[in-house]
Amino acid sequence: MVSVAFAFLILAGFIFAAVNGTMAEVNEALFQSMGQSIELAISLAGILLFWTGVMKTAEAAGLVKGLADTVQPLLARLFPEVPDGHVVFGYIASNMAANFFGLGNAATPIGLKAMRELKKLNGDQDTASRSMITFLALNTAAITLIPTTVIAIGMKNGATDPTDIIIPALVATILSFFFAIVLDRYYAFRRRR
Amino acid sequence: MAVWLVPAIVAAVIGIGLFKKVNIYETLTDGAKEGMQTWISIVPHLVIMMAAVTIFRASGAAGELASWLAPLLSLVGIPADVVPLALMRPISGTATLAMLDQIMQEHGADSYIAKLAAIMQGSTDTTLYVLAVYFGAVGIKKTGDALKIGLLADAAAFLFSVLAATWLL
Repeated sequence: MVSVAFAFLILAGFIFAAVNGTMAEVNEALFQSMGQSIELAISLAGILLFWTGVMKTAEAAGLVKGLADTVQPLLARLFPEVPDGHVVFGYIASNMAANFFGLGNAATPIGLKAMRELKKLNGDQDTASRSMITFLALNTAAITLIPTTVIAIGMKNGATDPTDIIIPALVATILSFFFAIVLDRYYAFRRRR
Repeated sequence: MAVWLVPAIVAAVIGIGLFKKVNIYETLTDGAKEGMQTWISIVPHLVIMMAAVTIFRASGAAGELASWLAPLLSLVGIPADVVPLALMRPISGTATLAMLDQIMQEHGADSYIAKLAAIMQGSTDTTLYVLAVYFGAVGIKKTGDALKIGLLADAAAFLFSVLAATWLL
């Protein structure tokens, strides 16, 4: 499915460029993007290292386990394969909290840690388990309390009240979050049959 | 509030760590070392993903697809002006931020179109990026229904955005 999506983006782009004579633009943008992706990767690196360090400390201090025990009753229903009291519940909850507060940069390293734990629980196979798909769905449809970059763009363009989108965006993101959970359950159910 | 959040979290972790007699310098640096490995496993996915998205966008294929879809999407209340943004949203966060900026400059930051675009941008995440990074970093090759769920949830978020923009703005 992901391979198909990538093949579509690349081939559709090249075919369209061939037909419409935009190949020069494509070439230029393509080589630019390679530099940009490394710049993006570099800008991510520091944050990633820092937050994994903080998370490791939180784990050593027993904070992640404590959080795991607290959220277990809630999350256990979404992740039925995860054993009781497993530390991954703490990572999942930390990741969701970081997303909620708009700390996307902290959410990623924590989420990757959670994903790694979920993979271990699945016997280190290269197939995504049901829990991993659920966790990914929670992340792609994560609830954001305050979309800070969007507000910043509104301010830059002189919106009278750039924060008036917070409530509608929150309602839309919450609804789509629950929609993603329902979809995830539906597909999990279909796979089992 | 946000400027206090990160320092508060870090201070709490360090403080409790010290109280529990954790060697915090060691855990911080050991963790960072783990982060380094994670980072290395993410970079290839970033490069390939950005290349694919760039080809799709720079060729004009994205814009063309948007203009084909616009009449269909206007049936469910999504105005033609925000269709390119909706189409790009799951594959590129930076591209759609630039589009949002453009829409605000063209229509005015207080227009319905600009507000709707802002709500759409703010209520969704970059699905393909999240999938590539999360599954890429841990070496998942068979992704199951994950992409489908992510994209359908994005589509739903756009419809919910229209409803929310109509009733709550």
